[in-house]
Amino acid sequence: MMSDITLLIPELVLLVLASVALVVDTYSESPEKIMTYRFVQLSLLIVITLIFIYIPDSTGYAFHNHFVSDPMSMILKSVIVIVTMVVFFYSFEYFKEHETVKGEYFVLGLFAVLGMMIMSSAASMLSVYLGLELLSLSLYSMIAMHKDSIIASEAAMKYFVLGALASGMLLYGISMLYGVTGVLDMQGIASYVSANSDQNSNLLMVFGMVFIIIGIAFKLGAVPFHMWVPDIYEGSPTAVTLFISTAPKIAAFAMAIRFLSDGLQGMLVDWQGILIVLSILSMAVGNIIAISQTNIKRMLAYSTIAHVGFFLLGITSGTIDGYAGSMFYIIIYALMSMGSFGMIILLGRKGLEADNLEDFKGLSKRSPWYAFIMLILMFSMAGVPPLAGFWAKWFVIKEIVAMGYVWLATLAVVFSVIGAFYYLRVIKLMYFDEPDSMVAIKSSQEMRFVLSMNGILVLLLGFMPGMLMTLCISAIT
Amino acid sequence: MDFNLPFLSLLIWTPILGGIWVLFLGDRQEETLKYFTFGVSVLVFVLSLLAYREFDITTSQLQFVEFREWISVFNINYHLGIDGIALPLILLTTFTSVLVILSAWDVIETRISQFMAAFLMLEGMMIGVFSSADAMLFYFFWEAMLIPMFLIIGVWGGPRRVYATIKFFLYTFLGSVFMLVALLYLYSRAGSFNIQELQNLALPMEAQKLIFIAFFLAFAVKIPMWPVHTWLPDAHVEAPTAGSVILAAIMLKMGGYGFIRFSLPITPDASMALDGFMITLSLIAIVYIGFVALVQSDMKKLIAYSSISHMGFVTLGFFIGFSIFVNSESSSGAIMALEGGMMQMISHGFISSALFLCVGVLYDRVHSREISAYGGVANTMPKFAAFMMLFSMANAGLPGTSGFVGEFLVILGSYQASFWIAFLAAITLILGAAYTLWMYKRVIFGEIANDNVAELKDINSREMFILAVLAFTVLLFGIWPAPVFDIMHPSIENLFEHIIQSKVG
Repeated sequence: MMSDITLLIPELVLLVLASVALVVDTYSESPEKIMTYRFVQLSLLIVITLIFIYIPDSTGYAFHNHFVSDPMSMILKSVIVIVTMVVFFYSFEYFKEHETVKGEYFVLGLFAVLGMMIMSSAASMLSVYLGLELLSLSLYSMIAMHKDSIIASEAAMKYFVLGALASGMLLYGISMLYGVTGVLDMQGIASYVSANSDQNSNLLMVFGMVFIIIGIAFKLGAVPFHMWVPDIYEGSPTAVTLFISTAPKIAAFAMAIRFLSDGLQGMLVDWQGILIVLSILSMAVGNIIAISQTNIKRMLAYSTIAHVGFFLLGITSGTIDGYAGSMFYIIIYALMSMGSFGMIILLGRKGLEADNLEDFKGLSKRSPWYAFIMLILMFSMAGVPPLAGFWAKWFVIKEIVAMGYVWLATLAVVFSVIGAFYYLRVIKLMYFDEPDSMVAIKSSQEMRFVLSMNGILVLLLGFMPGMLMTLCISAIT
Repeated sequence: MDFNLPFLSLLIWTPILGGIWVLFLGDRQEETLKYFTFGVSVLVFVLSLLAYREFDITTSQLQFVEFREWISVFNINYHLGIDGIALPLILLTTFTSVLVILSAWDVIETRISQFMAAFLMLEGMMIGVFSSADAMLFYFFWEAMLIPMFLIIGVWGGPRRVYATIKFFLYTFLGSVFMLVALLYLYSRAGSFNIQELQNLALPMEAQKLIFIAFFLAFAVKIPMWPVHTWLPDAHVEAPTAGSVILAAIMLKMGGYGFIRFSLPITPDASMALDGFMITLSLIAIVYIGFVALVQSDMKKLIAYSSISHMGFVTLGFFIGFSIFVNSESSSGAIMALEGGMMQMISHGFISSALFLCVGVLYDRVHSREISAYGGVANTMPKFAAFMMLFSMANAGLPGTSGFVGEFLVILGSYQASFWIAFLAAITLILGAAYTLWMYKRVIFGEIANDNVAELKDINSREMFILAVLAFTVLLFGIWPAPVFDIMHPSIENLFEHIIQSKVG
């Protein structure tokens, strides 16, 4: 039992720290809640240190195969924590500017991180579900935090209803799988599937799998389960959108891998086709509808849908390299998305969200450096070398081609060309148009530094993607 | 003297790093910045000349090879190396870049540091394209190049620049992604992106055809061939003069380079099977686009169409080889046609730059590209008129200018394949003369058309220098093209031996 606890130390410590943060927040008297913020960042720092200290020598299971600690979970957890730290940093700048600092945001954020860490390490259907609910409940309340804003309340309501529906679907699927196999842990399911591979027409099993995929697709925002994404992205305060669009995507990747690879790898032929349809639809709908958006948060929401489609393609291949490709994709995506929303936060002023595309007009005249960072991010999202987004797409397409689905790869690249259009439009607004006003962009030194680092990292990863790729491959194997 | 420098890396990264430095200098120190940019481009040109001096013209092997692991998990390497096909194009790139930077000296007034930086980085990337021996590295530079060009047209272009630049970007991007899929397919079979290994990879016919089509989409858009040429006139018209020059002189050549480096050697059987298709498209470009050029009222558009027509010669020269070989049973005619195509690319690089610069000279003074806005320019700008005369003649393919050499070789080669192909190709000599000289006549000769023309000042010493250098080169390679052929002959010979062997297996 002792070893069980050792594997869980980062999670346990985070739980304690998050609870303490709640107390700290009540004692944080300054309107800027600087104490809460610092405490929360310190907590995340402690957690990431613990993750690095307790890297297990080999894959270890705890609590009767409900919890696993393997290379993949280690890497995903570290990325989630690092991403969250940067997200909190941007959010803090946002709240300061808009003078609406809420300590709860950070505390809820910590609980969400805890949920995501549990998802990353989940070895049974039950723990996946627990992690997911912890994450979702935190997110619901984060969105609803601006309780006076009608649009935010609407977004929160929508997210809650649809999210609950998705959780229900997932739970329904889980219960079916449990009914057939009699076990909850992924290993048990995997061995059941391989032992009964001759009866691949087990209808209940397939039904369960379908419901689980629907649950995952809901959480990821894949078409046709994407309806909530644009409204939530637009309606939430930018700081919250920023959070939703980054770390939870990584956790959703973990969820997908835990179910599809760890548990249902034996049913590859059954879920492959579903994922192909989901990804084609996502790429098509996401990229095409994004073109007609005038609100950049909404545009990025549709772009997320398109990225999710691409990301699902990697999983579709059903190979180790394919999963690694998806993992690489989602990490790079989190990085790019973080930077883009960071930029929206930067441009916003008190009482005014810079969430219209028009707000980017003439940015290169107002601030050449920030325009350049945004240029990097946009070209990276479009998948143009020498930027990281190119390698993300490249990795996934390579796996699809290696699997023999050349037509699918061709379709994917064509959609990415369609997608390039709306990213180019942002660059057009920044570089080719005249600014409406020459108001200087005021930003703190730290903001300038972090945002620049974020952009430069996207550029550097474009030149040296090898290390992260190797890391992703080693994580899956 | 013996140089053991990593020439190619220096050629690629000097301008790119220089460009980054220029970007950081900002617009404050305009003069320093211009001299610095100019200095970098001259340095790169000198380096490329040194590379030429060191280049061994007796072999078709890759030279100046540099090899470093880049993304080792997937066997992608920083692998550089050039042969006799790439070297002339690299020299063309470094040469043109110097002139382009000089030509923009007083012309660009806004955001000058970004402009200069874009050009320097573009230069480095273009050299990267020509010197990559790894297909992914090639693709990396190939696509990255779109970013500075997109900005150059979009920021410093004419009134419809946004439309033109987005069209340019999407067109070329769409073409290129098919190439990416083809490269990844080849990788899935060969396990490597080494271009030479890909060239030796056996492929069944059906796969070859699909790969050929994918490559075709990428390179045909870039070069451009009819019917995917429509982005070029728009891009040329809206781009600033310097951008047009780079576009015409070098970027179009990348399409040709792609055909000769990828399509022909990687899918020789498909190239042979589909050569009729390629020849037809080339002839349409030569003849039909020639007629289209005739009716243009905008000088830049006219030159743009003339470029497409001239590029038809390049693709004709590249793909006519198979039927020449079948008809004459010797490879000399086919090699001649291939070399003609290459020579046409080099020569077009000089001539089209010169013509775009000439239009730029007029545009800077009158701010119109319409032919009808001019007339009688010879009266006020005699020196300019003399230069433009030479370049117009060269564009029409007058013997003694470099424009003649390539066209003549291709026509001569085509004759061995089919009389009618040669006949149709030769029409260009008439059409080319017609549209170029007619434009020349309307712009330069006659009475002084209006006050604008009457007030024109003849070219200053900077413009004089640029045009004189180009005039010298055009004449030099018209009279004595041997150095170019000497460089590329072993490589072309080797290439042709490679492509007539079937890879189906």
